Amino acid sequence: MSIDLSTATLKAMPSPPPEAKESPFQRMTRRPEMGALAGTVLVFVFFSIVGGQNFLSIGGASAWLNVASELLIIAIPVGLLMIAGELDLSVGSVLAASSMTLAIISGYLGLPMIIGFVAALGIGALAGLVNGIITARTNVPSFVVTLGMNFGLAGITLGLSRAITGTTSVPITVDPVFKNLFGSLVGGQFEVAIFWAIAVALVIAWVLQMTPWGNWVFAIGGDKDSARATGIPVPRVKITLFVLSGLGAAFVGVIQTCMYNSAQTTNGQSFVFNSIIAVVIGGVLLTGGYGSVIGMVLGAITFAIVNQGIYYTGWSSDWASFILGALLLAAVLMNNTFRRLALSSGPKKTSGKKA
Amino acid sequence: MTEPLMTLTGVGKSFAGTDALADISLEIEPGKVLCLLGDNGAGKSTLIKILSGYHAPTTGTIEVDGKQVVFSSPRDASAAGIATVHQYGGTFPLMSVGRSFFVGAEPTKGWGPLKYFDKATANKVAIRELKSLGITRINDGNRLVGGMSGGERQSLAIARAVYFGARLLILDEPTAALGVKEAAHVLKIIMQARQKGIAVVFVTHNVLHAMTVGDRFAVLIHGRKADDFMKGERTREQITDLMAGGEAMAELEAEIAQYESQA
Ligand SMILES: Nc1ncnc2c1ncn2[C@@H]1O[C@H](COP(=O)(O)OP(=O)(O)OP(=O)(O)O)[C@@H](O)[C@H]1O
Ligand SMILES: [Mg+2]
Repeated sequence: MSIDLSTATLKAMPSPPPEAKESPFQRMTRRPEMGALAGTVLVFVFFSIVGGQNFLSIGGASAWLNVASELLIIAIPVGLLMIAGELDLSVGSVLAASSMTLAIISGYLGLPMIIGFVAALGIGALAGLVNGIITARTNVPSFVVTLGMNFGLAGITLGLSRAITGTTSVPITVDPVFKNLFGSLVGGQFEVAIFWAIAVALVIAWVLQMTPWGNWVFAIGGDKDSARATGIPVPRVKITLFVLSGLGAAFVGVIQTCMYNSAQTTNGQSFVFNSIIAVVIGGVLLTGGYGSVIGMVLGAITFAIVNQGIYYTGWSSDWASFILGALLLAAVLMNNTFRRLALSSGPKKTSGKKA
Repeated sequence: MTEPLMTLTGVGKSFAGTDALADISLEIEPGKVLCLLGDNGAGKSTLIKILSGYHAPTTGTIEVDGKQVVFSSPRDASAAGIATVHQYGGTFPLMSVGRSFFVGAEPTKGWGPLKYFDKATANKVAIRELKSLGITRINDGNRLVGGMSGGERQSLAIARAVYFGARLLILDEPTAALGVKEAAHVLKIIMQARQKGIAVVFVTHNVLHAMTVGDRFAVLIHGRKADDFMKGERTREQITDLMAGGEAMAELEAEIAQYESQA
């Protein structure tokens, strides 16, 4: 007995009929970002009703836009890392280290702003580089590596600022150029960070969707070994992603320092989890391999609306945490369902829907 | 006889002192299918990983086109025209068909900093190549790979390898998880590749599948080459017995016969 391949059987083998092409709209409805959009609309409507006119006022809008923007500058690179299958829990301490660096160099020591600025971003890049090299060269999960970095760097920042300045909070007089670029309010209420966030979102969205490098990020998160086999320089891409994440956190450190004319060693720790929450609500899979910048933007906006909207309701802000927790859980469940559907074979799943 | 594409001489691999593979000598010829048979843990995957540059052999030498080579990474092997498809297709389930087809070799359009990934071309080529292998169901390159059946995914991976000019196609149990029809389809694609002059190394547990497409066979037992023969030189029973270590199979069959007679 053997399988007859040459002629009859295979010719007679009916190939399933071609699937109907999906319209871009149909394809969109099956993406997890649609869930993120639904979440954003839901919380916006909810707080519009409960928070009323004040939430909808310019002041209300600027409140959540400001929060969303700072969050996004950190969350987008963190989200890229998550798409590539890695986590970064060190953004909190990187932010603090960066803002202390700027305040000590250009405030306490009185050196030119530009030196403090470059050093602050340099600290972020360096922390990312260390995270990246350790993660890429050893098999230690980035979860542990960056958690270690978050604690270690917090310690160094605290220790050094006490040793140098004798305090944990350092004031700085920000020169006007830097104030305008990073720490000013547009129209009296809108942080200039909003524009930076838009720029970061546009650039990273382009890179992720439209460049070969972006394709590599998806491939690495999808299957590291297959990605390596195709010749992608996996360690180099990962190290670059960690550096970007460090730079994002350091940049927000600079923004906050210029904004508030001072730096504290304890700044920034809330970003560690908030960035992950925003990214996951935005439809990025915790397991890697899937996600989009538009989703992250929606996730950050949803987070910010809940986080700020609560102040317009007259309720305790504890309820904001509750709502965010519930949203996060719902998002994870939805993302998992999406993943399961995407990974199950096509024919059965789609044939019934469209014929 | 044609010049072999790849020659292994006395290749062995040990992991922390234990030999997973010892003294393997093989010749891989273009336009021929070499079937690698063996029971679980026999060392088939280890051998494949050596061929595709994941592992460096502990002993022995590898020659490609008569020249000795040392692969220090999978990249070196793919530069030499060696493409490996792992059991689940080695594709990226959450990526679109077009994107995954071109991972690591993305076509671009435009110039300088505005050079961008030409997804329209990627989709078009991927779908065209799938069609040439008889996969006609998928006609949208934006579809996720995870939504394809196992056979379609194997076909995608093979199409990719052939498109990028593979000279040696290594397939690790490509038919293992497939139904009868899909397995037959993958076997047909193997024959198509063979016809193009590509050398194929086909790893399988399934003696029937091996006999359908194989020109040459090598049986591994406990990391050693137990037998090596050409098409038609052994019967199916002989191969099965060999793979299972002969006597063990006879005993098992006797036991099964006992249960059957009791029933
Ligand atoms: N990285 C490794 N480290 C240590 N031992 C290994 C490693 N890879 C394989 N081995 C051992 O080498 C032997 C051969 O394994 P291999 O995976 O090559 O078998 P196989 O023939 O592919 O089996 P299967 O049919 O189950 O896929 C096994 O005993 C396995 O435990
Ligand atoms: Mg194996």
